[in-house]
Amino acid sequence: MSTLEVSPAEPRLGEFDQSVINDFSIQVATVNGSGSQTANTVLMRAIFQMGIPVSGKNMFPSNIAGLPTWFTIRASKHGYIGRKKEIDFLVAMNPETAREDVMKLDSGAAVVYDEPLKLNALRSDLHFYPVPFDKLVGPVCPEAKLRKLVRNMIYDGVVANLLSIEMEEVRKALVKQFGKRKAKAAELNWGAAQAGYDYAAKTFTKTDPFRVERMNETAGKIIIDGNSAAALGCMFAGVTVVTWYPITPSSSLVETLIGYMRRFRLDPETRKATYAIVQAEDELASIGMAIGAGWAGARAMTSTAGPGISLMSEFVGLGYYAEIPAVIFDVQRVGPSTGLPTRTSQGDLLSTALLSHGDTKHPLYFPSSPEECFTMAIDAFDLAEQFQTPVFVMTDLDLGMNNWMADPFPYPTEPIRRGKVLSAEDLERLGGFARYKDVDGDGVGYRTLPATPHPAAAYFTRGSGHNENAAYSEREDDYINNMDRLARKFETMRGRVPAPQIDVKDGAEIGVIAVGTSHYAVEESRDQLLREYEIATSYLRPKAYPFNQELSDFIRRHERVYVVDQNRDAQLLGLMRLELSPEEIAKLRSVRYYGGLPLDARTVTDEIIRQEGK
Amino acid sequence: MSTTLTPPPKKVNRIGLEVLSYKGGKTTLCAGCGHNSISERIVECFYELGIQPWSVAKFSGIGCSSKSPAYFLGLAHGFNAVHGRMPAVATGALLANRHILGLGVTGDGDTASIGIGQFMHMVRRNVPMIYIIEDNGVYGLTKGQFSATADLGSTLKSGTPNDLPPFDCCALALKWGATFVGRSFSGDKKQLQALLKAAIAHDGLSVIDVISPCVTFNDHEGSTKSYSYMKDHEEALHELDFVPAYEDISVDIPEGEVMDVQMHDGSHLRIRKLDRDYNPTSKLAALSALEEAEARGEVLTGVLYVNTAKPNFVQMLNLADEALATLPESKVRPPREVLDQVMEELR
Repeated sequence: MSTLEVSPAEPRLGEFDQSVINDFSIQVATVNGSGSQTANTVLMRAIFQMGIPVSGKNMFPSNIAGLPTWFTIRASKHGYIGRKKEIDFLVAMNPETAREDVMKLDSGAAVVYDEPLKLNALRSDLHFYPVPFDKLVGPVCPEAKLRKLVRNMIYDGVVANLLSIEMEEVRKALVKQFGKRKAKAAELNWGAAQAGYDYAAKTFTKTDPFRVERMNETAGKIIIDGNSAAALGCMFAGVTVVTWYPITPSSSLVETLIGYMRRFRLDPETRKATYAIVQAEDELASIGMAIGAGWAGARAMTSTAGPGISLMSEFVGLGYYAEIPAVIFDVQRVGPSTGLPTRTSQGDLLSTALLSHGDTKHPLYFPSSPEECFTMAIDAFDLAEQFQTPVFVMTDLDLGMNNWMADPFPYPTEPIRRGKVLSAEDLERLGGFARYKDVDGDGVGYRTLPATPHPAAAYFTRGSGHNENAAYSEREDDYINNMDRLARKFETMRGRVPAPQIDVKDGAEIGVIAVGTSHYAVEESRDQLLREYEIATSYLRPKAYPFNQELSDFIRRHERVYVVDQNRDAQLLGLMRLELSPEEIAKLRSVRYYGGLPLDARTVTDEIIRQEGK
Repeated sequence: MSTTLTPPPKKVNRIGLEVLSYKGGKTTLCAGCGHNSISERIVECFYELGIQPWSVAKFSGIGCSSKSPAYFLGLAHGFNAVHGRMPAVATGALLANRHILGLGVTGDGDTASIGIGQFMHMVRRNVPMIYIIEDNGVYGLTKGQFSATADLGSTLKSGTPNDLPPFDCCALALKWGATFVGRSFSGDKKQLQALLKAAIAHDGLSVIDVISPCVTFNDHEGSTKSYSYMKDHEEALHELDFVPAYEDISVDIPEGEVMDVQMHDGSHLRIRKLDRDYNPTSKLAALSALEEAEARGEVLTGVLYVNTAKPNFVQMLNLADEALATLPESKVRPPREVLDQVMEELR
């Protein structure tokens, strides 16, 4: 595919004989701060409401206003909701990037653009639809200062007309977006959408092949971003203390949680909060508060991204060694350092698994969908309390901040599991306890909460060396016993964390392993490999670390196993190397992408084919 | 007929506990360390007030001072956290269980150097706890480096002078939101007791800066936090008397010379004014008194500031009356209908 060179291909205008239905991607290029998010969400939702599987990816800058931003909507009758590299339908609203955006398109793509940009002069192998946005916006929006925002809704109307998106669904999506309280704004925007639709209807003869057709593949589904899904999971997990420090891309997790908790977690009788949410002064304080709260018996959590994880390192080591439950969400972005704060990555896997100095290791969850953000959030709180240790939920910007079509979430069927906590009555019966003694052989001791009304309840918590009775100790045997017990606890966890998703194809030589949002690219890539190269593949998606036995079994039954990573250094593969045998490790190959955009299937397919020597 | 000697009845406090129930492990700090005197005062105060030791949670950071919670209130949970970040741990614990009586013990390095940020934010939040700074102006555990409260011009044992001005933790605390601020000297048994008892009764953040000379690294001629310096330069603001809520409070004190501050639990802090008309409810007066004392090269001790009206952090958050930590599932997991409602909104 050419990128910046003009392809000399013959013009295909008007010559399509086959429509491309429900299988294309739309990219809207705007300037951030121009209010395009509403228009884009409405467009995505309208397609969703027509029953067509859809996904939306927002590629935005680390900036408030004035820099380029792209929103990609993919409609896929096959149900592929990963990113598609190729853009079929461009809406070019940003003069700064319009030229490059157009030059990058494959031959035959369509372009809706702001007429004064004169983009049609750039190439002759595309379908151009010029729209005089400024002229159209005046009559529908008398208030000049609102025109910049309303202007975007005009392209919704134009695109709806060109792609056969039903305007009734656009209207419904608008009403949903604005809610009842902003009915006036919804009306204004609806007027703009109609103006766009009418203009396109009377001006354009459709020459491109792309259009939508009603399906029935989204019935019952919801649209939600992973951060909101995780927030709901936390609420239904019974979280009681939430601490945080604002950071992209994790802020919206707690912000959404605040909204839900205010609605649903005030005591119905007293109207008092059954939770505390504190915006801390930094990530050191947010994790410190979560650790303090977890120690005192709260279901405590914090949410952050890579830079925050780095700052939390010391406290997480304390949590590991002093054995204190806490749940930490890491909505991963591109590092190192400040990196690309608004781009996605899986670059924190290794550093988080082994976060802090000394011998430390922590359980990680790898949700790949909003539903898993919800269910794994709930499970993470149980795991943290059952094993008295910090637990990480590793999402990423793609999952956390983008809108996803998802199945509705299941109400938890299991009661909340609070782990081994002794009450005053227990202590009365037992006569006392040893905090760090492995009574049950699972590596997990019994704890008491501060203010338990019993003279035998107290113990001293410290990050310094301690023996079974939590007394200060620098003895060699005490230290080794304690560290061995912590390792035993980690082994117990291996059988407790969720099992992987496995799809083994009989006779397949090749296995693919991926976590989190890599899932969507891998699913589609496996179909590409089969369809285009007749290569059958098996697939295993770990849902948590420590890895379960199934991982070794899967690797053993395949000749070559590709491990897909969204980072430069093959961190998932590296994490597996820590636990696998040399024979298993020898089978592993690495597929890596680290450009900051959501992983796409073609990248995975091309790299596997290259390594297969085909 | 043989006579049996009846052992004298053991001395107990109002809830029937002996002083032994308030003690901790044997100290490992240096003999004569000011911190040990502070530990002893803590034991006496909690014993004398008859507080259930298991209702207390002890918090500390890292350093000599932070080791001391192991040496008092052995029947209370303790948390020896990371360096400079005890305020966050204590804040989290107190949110988890608002009924915990929080007692933080820290040092000048832990608070004013590495921990100044968390200290200030704890102050700003008025976290309801007692926060004792065992202030010797030196890092003891790493063998004698300056902290951020070391006075300008004071010298290390090696003779190296300190050329940076100190933070005055009391001034910072009272300016930015603590609601009980006092300073004392580890050697002043009576004053420290009265301060501690009032702080226990206070329902907000009590910051008590206790000058606590380091006998090993900072008790020499060039030190402004040595025993001899303190004996020569301590200026007590007033005499203090603390009357617990459950005691008869009709003590005869001449009118006009006594200021009576009612604490949250109904007890009283009586401040006998000395030669100056000191008003501990005025922030401005407290700040200027500190400035004036500093200009004179004196260390002002006593209750500098009390504010019983300002809500503490737990109150500001409108927390449920019960401890969040032990709320039953029915209170913390919304019913199925709520999930159904939210899912419907997202369709």
